[in-house]
Amino acid sequence: MKPLKRSSQIWLSIGSLSLISTYFLPIWRIDLWAPQYPEGLSMKIWLSKLSGDIEIINGLNHYIGMAHIKEEMFPEFKILNYCIAFIMAAGLLTALLRSKKGLVAFLSLLIISGGIALYDFWKWGYEYGHNLSDDAAIKVPGMAYQPPLLGYKELLNFGAYSIPDSGGWVVVGLGIITIGVLIYEFKYNK
Amino acid sequence: MKSRITLGICAVSAILLGLNACKPTNDKGKDSSFLAGDAAQKVYVAPGTHDEFYNIVSGGFNGQLSVVGLPSGRVLKIIPVFSQFAESGWGYSEETKPMLNTSHGFIPWDDSHHVALSTTNSEHDGRWAFINGNNTPRIARVSLSTFRTEEIIEIPNSGGNHSSPFITANTEYAVAGTRFSVPPDANADVPISSFKQNFKGYISFVSIDKTTGKMGIKFQLKTPGVSFDLARAGKGKSAGWFFFSTYNTEQANSLLEVNASQKDKDFILAVNWKKAEEYLAQGKGKKEKANYAHNVYDERTHSATSTIMNEVMTLDPKECPDMLYFMPCPKSPHGCDVDPTGQYIVGSGKLAAVIPVFSFAKMEKAITEKNFDGNFDGIPVLKYDAVLHGEVKKPGLGPLHTEFDGQGNAITSFFVSSELVKWNIEKLEVIDRVPTFYSVGHLSIPGGPTAKPWGKYVVAYNKITKDRYLPTGPELAQSAQLYDISGEKMKLLLDFPTVGEPHYAESIPASLIEKNSKKIFKLEENFHPYATKGEKEAKVVRKGNEVHVYMTSIRSHFTPDNIEGIKLGDVVYFHVTNLEQDWDVPHGFAVRGAQNSEILIMPGETSTLKWTPTKVGVTPIYCTDFCSALHQEMQGYVRVSPAGSNIPLSWHTGKNPEADAAKKTEGVSKK
Repeated sequence: MKPLKRSSQIWLSIGSLSLISTYFLPIWRIDLWAPQYPEGLSMKIWLSKLSGDIEIINGLNHYIGMAHIKEEMFPEFKILNYCIAFIMAAGLLTALLRSKKGLVAFLSLLIISGGIALYDFWKWGYEYGHNLSDDAAIKVPGMAYQPPLLGYKELLNFGAYSIPDSGGWVVVGLGIITIGVLIYEFKYNK
Repeated sequence: MKSRITLGICAVSAILLGLNACKPTNDKGKDSSFLAGDAAQKVYVAPGTHDEFYNIVSGGFNGQLSVVGLPSGRVLKIIPVFSQFAESGWGYSEETKPMLNTSHGFIPWDDSHHVALSTTNSEHDGRWAFINGNNTPRIARVSLSTFRTEEIIEIPNSGGNHSSPFITANTEYAVAGTRFSVPPDANADVPISSFKQNFKGYISFVSIDKTTGKMGIKFQLKTPGVSFDLARAGKGKSAGWFFFSTYNTEQANSLLEVNASQKDKDFILAVNWKKAEEYLAQGKGKKEKANYAHNVYDERTHSATSTIMNEVMTLDPKECPDMLYFMPCPKSPHGCDVDPTGQYIVGSGKLAAVIPVFSFAKMEKAITEKNFDGNFDGIPVLKYDAVLHGEVKKPGLGPLHTEFDGQGNAITSFFVSSELVKWNIEKLEVIDRVPTFYSVGHLSIPGGPTAKPWGKYVVAYNKITKDRYLPTGPELAQSAQLYDISGEKMKLLLDFPTVGEPHYAESIPASLIEKNSKKIFKLEENFHPYATKGEKEAKVVRKGNEVHVYMTSIRSHFTPDNIEGIKLGDVVYFHVTNLEQDWDVPHGFAVRGAQNSEILIMPGETSTLKWTPTKVGVTPIYCTDFCSALHQEMQGYVRVSPAGSNIPLSWHTGKNPEADAAKKTEGVSKK
C-alpha cells in the first residue's frame, strides 16, 4: 500500500491541531424557551466546566423535582482534557506514520469515542430527566424530562434544543476531514 | 281663525327651533380638520413591539417622574423621586429613607416640575434625567440605566426651586434659580417689608461630575430680589451663557397678581457662567453659612446616605462686573428658550401680545458697545431694540413655552387661547396653529430643547381636562395630546391621560436608552452590610431590643420563614436579599400590621423593612409580587411573645422541629 499523500498529511495535521481550540470553546449547548422566557435560556458544556443560565434552570427545575445541575455531576470533566489530547496525538501520529491502516484505526478511534461520548451524554440526560424528587411541587404522572440528545423536544412548557456548540463542531470537522482523507486515499491513491 | 292661530304658533315654534339649531358651539374637540386621517395607524404600537421614544415626564404634585412610551402614550413606569412610594417601599425602606432627608428633616413629598435629560454638546446622551423639587428646593438625578433616583441635593438660600434643573451643553451644571427671593438662610429673621434691602434672588450652579454624575453646589449668585421662573443654557456660540426669565421685577412682596404685573417689561437675565468660573478661580467667591442635605444612593450597597452640608460658595455680582446683564422682555416672561443653533433666545411674556426673539450676536454687540438702558440694582440693562431679533406679531394669547423642530421652526404653547402655534424663527411668521384640550402649559418635542431635535412629534401637556375622558368625579386625570409635526400642518394623533400633573417632559429615542437598561443586580456585587448571599447564611441576630433578620427570598420561599423569640418592645429589621439572578423576578415582602409599607426587592438586591410589633401573637409574612407558580405559598410566620418572656430566638425553613419530635416519640411509643 502506498503511504499517505502529502496533502492528506497536511489535512490530518490541521484537523488534529484544530482540537486545541476545543479547550477554549464550548462543546455542546442546550437552549430552552418558554412563554415567559422569550429571550431563551441556555446551558453550555465545555471540556471541564459548565456555563450559561445554570442557576436559573436549576431554580425552575426544582418545581418538578429535578436535581440541581452541578459540575460535580460530571466526573467526565476530569478526563475530557486528556481524551482530547490523546485524540490529537493519535491524529498527528497517523499523519506522521503515513500508514493507511493507521488512518483506518484513527477513524475508528474517532467514531468509537464519539459514540461513547454521545452514549455518556444520553445516560446523564436520562438520569437527570427521570430521577425526580418525591417532594416535587409539580408532579405530572408518567412525565419525564430527559433533554433531547440532539435536536428539539418539548418538555411541559419548555422547548429544548440540543446541538453541538463551536467546540463540538470542530470535533465534527475533524471527523469529516478524516472521512474525506480516507475516501481520497482509498480511491485515488491506491 | 283657530287655524290661523295654530299656524302662527307653528311658525313661531319653527323659527325658535331654527334659531336653536343655529346656536354657535364651542365644540372644537369634535372638529376633525386638524385630526390626521391615519392617526390610529401612526400611534398604533403592535403587541410585542416597542415605542419609538422614551418620554420622561415630571409628575408635578405627585413628586415623581413617569416614563411613557411615544407615540402610544402608554405609561411604562413611575420612578419615585421626592415622594414616598408605598408600592416599592421608596422612602419607607431603611435604605431609601435617607434620600428624603433635608435640612428641615424628613420631607416625604415635593412638587416636581421640570425634566432635564443629560446632554453632550447640547445633544442627548441618554445617561441621566434631572428633576427639580419646587417646594423644598431640591434637584434629583435619576439613572437612565436603573431608572432609579441616585442622588438628591437640597438648595439652600432658595424659597422655591422653579427655575431648575436646566443644564449646560455638556451637563457641566444644572441650575437652580429661586422662584421666591429670600433673605439669606443665615440671617433670615427680617421684616417681610424689607424685601428691597434684604431679599436676594439666588441662582445656584450645581456641578455634575462627568463620569459619576455626582452633584455639588459649585457657587450661588446673589442676584437682585426678583423671581426666577424658567431658564435655558446657551448652545454653540452661546454655550458659555445661561438665560433666566424673571417676574416681579417690581419687587413686590404682597398681592403679586397685581403688584408684579405693573411693568411693561420684566427681564431675561443673561449669565456668563464661564466668567463666573473665572471669578471663582480668582478667589472672588465668599463662603457663607448654609445648611442643606446631600443624599446619595449607592448601587453597590443598595443604600443611601444623607450628609448635611453647612457652607456654600457665593458670588456677589457687585464684585464681579461683566457677568450678568438684563434684557428687557415684555410682561412677566415665563418660558425662556434657546433655539438649536444657540443664536436665538425666545421669551414668552405670558401677559404679552407678541413673542420677542432675542439675538445672541446682537446681545454680544450691545455689551461691547455698552448699549445700556441704565441698570437694575447695579446690573446693566441692555437696550430692548439693541438685542431684539424681532417679534412674532399676534401669535395668540398667553404664550408660555417654546420648543424647536430642527427645521428652523419653533412651536409655542398658548395657555389662554389654548393652542400650539408653529412659526419660523428667521422670518418670525406664523405657519400653523392647532387647538389643545385645554389650556396647554408646557409642550415637548423629542430633543426639542437640544441642538439636535428629533422632531416628528409634539406633546401638549394641558392644565384643564374637563370632558376629554370618562368622568371620574371632581378630580380628573391630566390630559395630553400628541401631534404629528412632520408635515407643514400639525395634525392631532392621540389624546392620553397622564399621571400626576406633568409640567415639563423630554423625549429621547429609545435606541439611546434601551440597550443600557439594567436587568438584574449582580449578587456578587452586593455590598449591603446585611446582605445574605445564600440560604446557608440566613440567620436572626439579637442586639438588645433590636432583632436583625438576615433573610433570603427565592422562588418560592423565604429563609427563614418561621421565626420565634421576638418580644413585644423589640424592633425587628427584616433585611431581605432577593437571591434571584434572573430578569424580571422581583420578590415582595410584607408583614401584617407594618406601619410603613411593603417592599419590592429586585434580583440581587437587599432591602430592609423595619417592623415594631404591636401585638402578641403569630404574625404572617408573605411575598407581594406574584413571582412564580407557587407565589401564593411564599409565606411564613413570626411569633411575637410578651415582653420579658423567655422564648429563645429560633428560626428555620423547611423543618418542623415539634412535629418531627412528635413523630419520633410516636415511633418510640409504638415500639
